[in-house]
Amino acid sequence: MNNLDNNNQLTDESPSEYSSDRLLKRQKKEKRFQLLGKLSVLASVSFLFILFISIIEKGSSAIRQSEVLLSIDLSTENFRQEVLMDPKKIRGSELNKLTRNSLIKLFPNVQSRSDRRMLYSLISSGARHELRDRIIQNRDLIGGIISVWLPLSDDADMYLKGNIKKDVPSNLRRFKDNQISWLDQLMSDGLVRKSFNFRFFTNGDSREPEIAGTLGALIGSFFTLLVTFLISFPIGVMAAIYLEEFSPKNRFTEIIEVNINNLAAVPSIVFGLLGLGVFLSFFEFPRSAPLVGGMVLSLMTLPTIIIVSRASLKAVPGSIREAALGLGASKMQMVLHHVLPLGMPGILTGGILGMARALGETAPLLMIGMVAFIVDIPTKIDDPSTALPVQIFLWADSPERAFVERTSAAIMLLLFFLLTMNFVAVLLRQKFEKRW
Amino acid sequence: MFTKLRYFFLFIIFSGLITNHASARDQIRIVGSSTVFPFSTAVAEEFGNNTEFKTPVVESTGSGGGLKLFCNGVGLNHPDITNASRRIKLTEVNRCNENGVKEIIEVKIGFDGIVIANSRSSDRMDITLQQLFLALAKDIPGKDGTLTPNPYVTWNEIDASLPNKKITVLGPPPTSGTRDAFNELAIEGGCKTFSSFAALKKKDKNKYKAVCRSIREDGAYVEAGENDNLIVQKLQADPSAYGVFGYSFLDQNSDALQGSLVDGVAPEFEKIASGAYPVSRSLYFYVKKEHVSVVPGIKEFIEEFTNELAWGPEGYLMEKGLIPLTEGERNNTASASRALEVFSASELE
Repeated sequence: MNNLDNNNQLTDESPSEYSSDRLLKRQKKEKRFQLLGKLSVLASVSFLFILFISIIEKGSSAIRQSEVLLSIDLSTENFRQEVLMDPKKIRGSELNKLTRNSLIKLFPNVQSRSDRRMLYSLISSGARHELRDRIIQNRDLIGGIISVWLPLSDDADMYLKGNIKKDVPSNLRRFKDNQISWLDQLMSDGLVRKSFNFRFFTNGDSREPEIAGTLGALIGSFFTLLVTFLISFPIGVMAAIYLEEFSPKNRFTEIIEVNINNLAAVPSIVFGLLGLGVFLSFFEFPRSAPLVGGMVLSLMTLPTIIIVSRASLKAVPGSIREAALGLGASKMQMVLHHVLPLGMPGILTGGILGMARALGETAPLLMIGMVAFIVDIPTKIDDPSTALPVQIFLWADSPERAFVERTSAAIMLLLFFLLTMNFVAVLLRQKFEKRW
Repeated sequence: MFTKLRYFFLFIIFSGLITNHASARDQIRIVGSSTVFPFSTAVAEEFGNNTEFKTPVVESTGSGGGLKLFCNGVGLNHPDITNASRRIKLTEVNRCNENGVKEIIEVKIGFDGIVIANSRSSDRMDITLQQLFLALAKDIPGKDGTLTPNPYVTWNEIDASLPNKKITVLGPPPTSGTRDAFNELAIEGGCKTFSSFAALKKKDKNKYKAVCRSIREDGAYVEAGENDNLIVQKLQADPSAYGVFGYSFLDQNSDALQGSLVDGVAPEFEKIASGAYPVSRSLYFYVKKEHVSVVPGIKEFIEEFTNELAWGPEGYLMEKGLIPLTEGERNNTASASRALEVFSASELE
């Protein structure tokens, strides 16, 4: 039998058993193949879905933080003379006493020392720092009585969010029965609220989950990416222009090309080791600085940017170049006035995607000391700082249970930035890309 | 799109940012053990909030890694303080000395218990160090006294009082200080109870160490990574598994996990503090005295750490799971370290 018989039309006209058999088999195969494809898509989508669901489920509660309303007596006799002259001299422990006094006023029946300690532990130990900042900002507060919302401790917060269960025996629980009864009383008096957790966005890192924030890490990531961009983008684009438009095509440039491609595949931890050896040990740049982090990450993104830039320069049609040259433009004018502007959307897209990858990177930062506990918010590119993914890593490793939700919330924040960057890249491409 | 002028501006901004970098350092830098990390960071934060000094930067590099960085030399590019979940070794002191770090201040800050815990949904285990050794060591003494690879699959094969469950212990990898301490205190502690090993120790110390500190690699001991939270979660998911980690994680998760009794002693705060619980170790930090006059705040940092409000029995470090020293030891250490007394290598055996 002829092969042509497998053709649909032919089989329809003269259905022999053999050919219809084969047709059926082929169609089945086709269906199986498509099913396999569908299953693969389903699997990857469901993995993504599970990931998002679990992160959002754990992290969404971190958007709100429980607070308690306390009226604190700041009358002048509570402060030392020195403090009255200069509120900056207030020590946290002095304010601790004042917040504790106001708690005792609410619960005058709590007498024993150990009970009082448990009562005090309802309030975050970070509360006094907030109070201190408030007084320093507005010294007129001294002398009066102020009502402030102060953060509850992480255990109280976890209890209110249902992460510490009441049905577990009291001695096995971090949040004890009497603490629960005090908290219930505060709640029935309307002194407890859950408010938007602005601390998560305005504070630096802390060992107390209730006042730990991501601002330090965000600014660290910003500085790091700034340095990465400023180094890798100009160098990458320049290298791409030269290789694509000017360089002779010979064995030597071929080797360079292959090596750039190899460099793009080098695992990022290797760049971290390089940064440790060269930038820290040899040039003696400061440890933990976004400057060094950015330099290391730019080594990582540089090859990506070169490759993407070359591809988008290559996509600019030759006729544009010929037209420019034909009108008497020099080669440099041709590149700067015509080819580069037309290739720019593609180059920017590649650059943004490279930056997005750098934003999520932790391994190279580990080697240069950016995986550290840093409270102060960086103000310069050589201040010690962490980055957002590093902050996630550090929180995931902390014993306090309240860090679980913060970790997930920080992951959501990181994903938000990554998705935004990818979205901008898509937008840029759609808006400016020319099809030839 | 990008004119020359814009490149020029970018260049100006960038070079401005770079030249900004100052040579002097006004911030303490701390490296070292991941076990001490939660305590060190808590003190650092408190110190930053209560004083005019900047908050110290604390890196978690592991005890060994921290001492390596610490001993690399004197100068602002080297850390001022390193945390350790074990005592400094003689070889490390020598390396420090070679690199110019001659004056080291040792501060013992408290204890940490290593617990063997499982989910509360199954029974609590009561195990002796010897049974623990038999369950987890790579080679154990056979019937005729020769070493044989560990044959035990379930706990009750070792002793009928132990649970009838497959031996599965999740613990830290060899890079961890917790693992070092677990090997030394628990595995070697059980090993010592065999008279044949005591004889071996006298004869061939290296072989003794190799046998008494090796953990089996046939899957009964699962290296679960440095992240103790992960072990805690896995234990909740698998009630038949046991986990090895620091006391502070048990303290934070006491509603879901229970610590096994070791030699009849439960891993509880008072028992670890008194030394009754056998698997506990001391935690330290080491200060470079050469840096005290260079980097501001080191002396004050030591004072903050050795303050009763921090490391005392009611201090904030206790909330973080640190087990305090005895009062006498606290007083001695505090006065010695505040006076910047240098530690001498002769204190190490």
